[in-house]
Amino acid sequence: MNTKLLTAILLGSSVLCSAGAAFAQDATLTIESWRNDDLAIWQDKLIPAFEAKNPGIKVVFSPSAPTEYNAALNAKLDAGSAGDIITCRPFDASLDLYTKGKLADLTSLAGMENFSDVAKSAWTTDDGKATFCVPMASVIHGFIYNKDAFDKLGITPPATEEEFFAALDKIKADGTYIPMAMGTKDLWEAATMGYQNIGPNYWQGEEGRLALLKGEQKLTDAQWVEPYATLAKWKPYLGDGFEAQTYPDSQNLFTLGRAAIYPAGSWEISVFNTQAQFKMGAFPPPVRKAGDTCYISDHTDIGIGLNAASKNPDAAKTFLSWVASPEFAEIYANALPGFFSLNSTPVKMADPLAQEFVSWRDKCKSTIRSTYQILSRGTPNLENETWVESANVINGTDTPEVAAKKLQDGLDSWYKPAK
Amino acid sequence: MTATSATKRPFRWHIAIFLAPAVLVYTAIMIMPLFGTLQLALFRNVSQSQVFVGLDNFRTLFGDPNWSTNFWNALRNNVWFFIIHMLVQNPVGVVLAALLSSPRLRFSAFYRTAIFIPTILSFVIVGFAWKLILSPLWGVAPNLLDLVGLKSLFTPWLGKEEYALTALSLISVWQFIGIPMMLIYAAMLSIPDEVIEAAECDGVTGMAQFWKIKLPLILPAIGIISILTFVGNFNAFDLIYTAQGALAGPNYSTDILGTFLYRAFFGFQLQVGDPNMGAAIATMMFLIILVGVCIYLFLIQTRLRRYQF
Repeated sequence: MNTKLLTAILLGSSVLCSAGAAFAQDATLTIESWRNDDLAIWQDKLIPAFEAKNPGIKVVFSPSAPTEYNAALNAKLDAGSAGDIITCRPFDASLDLYTKGKLADLTSLAGMENFSDVAKSAWTTDDGKATFCVPMASVIHGFIYNKDAFDKLGITPPATEEEFFAALDKIKADGTYIPMAMGTKDLWEAATMGYQNIGPNYWQGEEGRLALLKGEQKLTDAQWVEPYATLAKWKPYLGDGFEAQTYPDSQNLFTLGRAAIYPAGSWEISVFNTQAQFKMGAFPPPVRKAGDTCYISDHTDIGIGLNAASKNPDAAKTFLSWVASPEFAEIYANALPGFFSLNSTPVKMADPLAQEFVSWRDKCKSTIRSTYQILSRGTPNLENETWVESANVINGTDTPEVAAKKLQDGLDSWYKPAK
Repeated sequence: MTATSATKRPFRWHIAIFLAPAVLVYTAIMIMPLFGTLQLALFRNVSQSQVFVGLDNFRTLFGDPNWSTNFWNALRNNVWFFIIHMLVQNPVGVVLAALLSSPRLRFSAFYRTAIFIPTILSFVIVGFAWKLILSPLWGVAPNLLDLVGLKSLFTPWLGKEEYALTALSLISVWQFIGIPMMLIYAAMLSIPDEVIEAAECDGVTGMAQFWKIKLPLILPAIGIISILTFVGNFNAFDLIYTAQGALAGPNYSTDILGTFLYRAFFGFQLQVGDPNMGAAIATMMFLIILVGVCIYLFLIQTRLRRYQF
């Protein structure tokens, strides 16, 4: 009897639900994303703000784990079960989806005019004709430091490399703090927070990156090897057992106040703000000699595009135009300090740490990560190899020269720059 | 249903009908995908369409140093992974089973359950739990070693190229030791008491009894376990993925065929997946396992003597 009753209730409720859906005629948009950390922000701030203005369109944010996102998304797109709105990884992963016809062309989307060409570069075809994702945000690399620790030890944020290592020595000699919180277990910390963080000062940002793309410079040239030599010098300042220290370990070491300096990406700001009990400051990657121009990695990181197979393309375009608006930029940049809007309209941010990061845009030259555009298209994949080799250099497995040679050899095996 | 009836036997439909569900399900979810994979390995994606290329993918896999170094590295690591299992898991499993089957052992049911429990845990739990135990920052391993004054022996095992793979193999052994233990325990219990008594009358007792009577009788069980271990190890992936990530660091030192296949098939980070090369690697894994199983079936199992009681 019980099961019968239950079946009846279930049946009845499902009939009622489907009837309700049929009446409302709502278009429901599902967003695919790897930013599962942002779930609360989307649900509490962004989606309500959009739905209030656009009755009849419902938005669901459905993120998956960052490391699985690309594989999961590709499988879902092939199977036809992916959401309407696709969060775009920068460069080739998304370009590949566009050329396969999985992402719609958004060149003429209302709101695209709010972005500069540089901002759109990560989601534009090689010939610059079609743009397929709305740029959402970029992240800036630098170093976050424990202000209390610096005050106690009488250290000021270092501007040059010499000062940087002097500060590290001082922290190490004092012994209260681990000088720098970084591990090599997850590999990408060494590459992204290490090599790509300090590197632009050596290869002079865009100048070096474009020369590498054109084949005028090689990874074995001095300006590409020296960042590795500097990275190798970090080893004595990392914590005990850094070889098995994971990325969350590093974050926790710093936010628990046990480490003084954290080689960072600006995306850490919102996490650190909620976890750290001490004052924090930030400084850009130190220049080599006082007076040098500084370069920062201001990496276009997130865009948002339209699944070409979406059943609600009009509703989805309404949503994307809203994402391209200054209104979205303002809510997003303030809800997620550390993800800086790429919108041409300047956005006011309340967070001091985020302000510090974004202020470097005025005094330093911006570039993006050297391995992202075009150079990671072949096998071996330059980005993956850079992770492995950066960790090898810090672990002492490879010398900087050997690491650079391996990377260049791998690149040479498939990349023929247009002459 | 004996063969004595000389009249024409009606076709026995019930056999086909009873077999049908299993055959259909097995074909749909095992055989078809297997042949699908083999087929995928013979194609390549050329300007958005699949083109038949014969064995070109295998030529790339073995001829192009960018692929072949990774493949041989993964195979070598996989063999080491297997050797550790054979050297540690199975002998220790036999010893545990021998101890458990000893009639004088108290609480044997408790030990049996405790040793078997890790086997039913998820890889994810095992991977993360051991990562935490061995963590140089918050793990219990450094503290425990410190308590017995051996702190100097501690190194961040999972982060060192020379230890990481062995450490992971031992974690896997820890997880799966329950299976050989259980199988051999069952084999030992099935040895009839008369055989043991006869041995005792002939003065074969203690260790000699284990080596001369019990071990030969459980050899078939050990053979089965070896082949299960072989298949399991060459299909392994989960533990490495949860503990070390898909790049199987440091410096690819823990990369086994499973993780290599994953990166090739699904891609990783900026690397776009290549299902055709992935399928070629999967085919190689299939062949390696097939060869291993054949060697066992035709060379080893036929020579194992079975004792009927």
